[in-house]
Amino acid sequence: MYGNLTIIEIDNFGKKIEEEDPIKLAEFEARIARGEKIEPQDWMPFEYRKQLIRMIEQHAHSEIIGALPEGTWITRAPGFKRKLALMAKVQDEVGHAQLLYAAAETLGKSREEMIQDLLNGKSKYSNVFNYPAVTWADTAIIAWLIDAGAIINQVTNSKGSYGPYCRALERICAEESFHLRYGYDTCVHLATGTPSQRKMLQDALNRWWTPIMHFHGPPDKISVHGEKLMKWKVKLASNDEMRQQFLDMYVPKIWELGLEIPDPNLHKNPETGKWEYTEPDWNEFMRVINGDGPCNKERLAVRRYAEEKGRWVRMALLRKEEKYVVPLA
Amino acid sequence: MKIQSLDPRINRIELPEENNNTRIPPMDQWQTYEVFHQQARGDQHKHVGIVHAPNPEMALLFAKEQYARRSQCVNLWVVRTADVYATSYDDADIFEPAFDKSYRESWGYKDTRQLIEKFKKEKEMASPATPTSSSISEENHSSEETSKKKVVGKSGIIIGKK
Repeated sequence: MYGNLTIIEIDNFGKKIEEEDPIKLAEFEARIARGEKIEPQDWMPFEYRKQLIRMIEQHAHSEIIGALPEGTWITRAPGFKRKLALMAKVQDEVGHAQLLYAAAETLGKSREEMIQDLLNGKSKYSNVFNYPAVTWADTAIIAWLIDAGAIINQVTNSKGSYGPYCRALERICAEESFHLRYGYDTCVHLATGTPSQRKMLQDALNRWWTPIMHFHGPPDKISVHGEKLMKWKVKLASNDEMRQQFLDMYVPKIWELGLEIPDPNLHKNPETGKWEYTEPDWNEFMRVINGDGPCNKERLAVRRYAEEKGRWVRMALLRKEEKYVVPLA
Repeated sequence: MKIQSLDPRINRIELPEENNNTRIPPMDQWQTYEVFHQQARGDQHKHVGIVHAPNPEMALLFAKEQYARRSQCVNLWVVRTADVYATSYDDADIFEPAFDKSYRESWGYKDTRQLIEKFKKEKEMASPATPTSSSISEENHSSEETSKKKVVGKSGIIIGKK
C-alpha cells in the first residue's frame, strides 16, 4: 500500500561511503548504471544496504499497520459483497507485508528484528495510518486515494536497482489494481447516492486531504536530497514529482464526482503545467510521525497484542534443530 | 487507561495505553521455505518467493495463502532454504563460453547441404552422360521449391522451413 523513502535520514551509523573499496564501488555503480539489478549475494556499499533495509522495512510495516484502519469497518461493512471485498483487500495488504519483509530479510535483517523495531518505535510506517477511519466513507477514501498514491510510489520503485524488492513490487502492483478499482467503485457509489451518503464522502475527503497531501513526504525544498540514493536507484523520483503525478491523475476524477477539495488554492498552472496548492501543515506531519498522532498508540498496541498472544503458538511449533538461514532471493 | 477505538473488536480486548515494550527473544523465528508455483499443468514450476514455517505442511499452507490466493495455480512445491545449493554471482564468469562453441549449436552445422551439392557436382563431372543423375537433381530442386513456400497454420502463425 505504500513505499518510498519520503524522509531521508542521514546518520553516521556504519561504514561511510569514503571507506568503501573504490574498485568494488565503481563496479557496483556501473552495474546499476547499465540497468542491471543487484542481487542479495552481490557486494554492495553499507549505505545502500542500510537505506534499502530502512525503506523496505518501512514499506512492510505500512502494509501491516495499513490493514488496521480499514479493518475497523469489516464488522460493519454495508452488505455482504462489500464485506467480502474489504476482507480480501485487508488480507492482500498483510500478504504484501510478508512479501516485503522477505525482500528486506535478504539484506540480513530478520523479520523478527523488524517487527521488534516496529513495536519499540525505532522504525516507522506511513504516517497516514495514524489517522482514524471515522466512517465507512473513510475506508472508501483510503482504498481509492491512499492506494492510488501508493501505486504511484510502487510502480516508480519497481524500476529500482534491488532485485528482490522489484520482484515483490511487481507482484504487489498487480494486486493493488483491484484495490484501486474497489476503492473507486465504493466512492462512486457514495458520491452518486443519497444526500447523506454524499455528505459522508465529502466529510471523509475533508478529513483525509491533509494526510493525502502528506503521503509522498515533505516538499523537495525542505527535505534532504538523496543524490546518492537517486544514482543508486533506491529513490527514483522526488517527493514533489510523485505528488504532482498523483494530483494530475486524481484531482480531475475527484472533481468529476462533484466533490470539493478542501484547498481553495488548488489549481493547475496552465503555463507551467504544474499543480499549485496550499502546503499542508508539515509540523503536524513531523509531530504525527514522531508518535503524537490520533491513532499511533492504538496501532502499535494492536500489533503488540497480536505478537504477544500469538507467541505461544510460534514457540510451540518452533523446532530448535531447524536453523534459520537468510532467504535466497 | 484502556485504548478507546472506533473498532468494536479492539474495545473488547481492552488494550492498555502504555507501551509495555515486549522483547522477542532473537531465536524466536521459524526457518524459511522457498516456494515454487505451477500455474497450469504442463508448465514449469517457477520460483515465486519464500514463506516462514515450522514444518513443510505449514509451509505449503502458507504458500497457498501467499502465492496462490490471487493467481491461478495447480501445484506448489516448498523446499527448505537451507537445502538449496546455489552458484555465486561472483563466479558468473563460469557461464561465459571459453572458446568457440558452435559445435554444440544447430547453426554450427549449416554447411552440410553445400557438401552434398559439391559431392554431387563432382560426381556429375566424373560421368556427365548418366541420365539418372540429372533427374535426381531436378527432383531435388523442385522439393526445395515447395519447402520454401510458407504455410499458414491454424493459429495464424506462419510455418515454413528456412
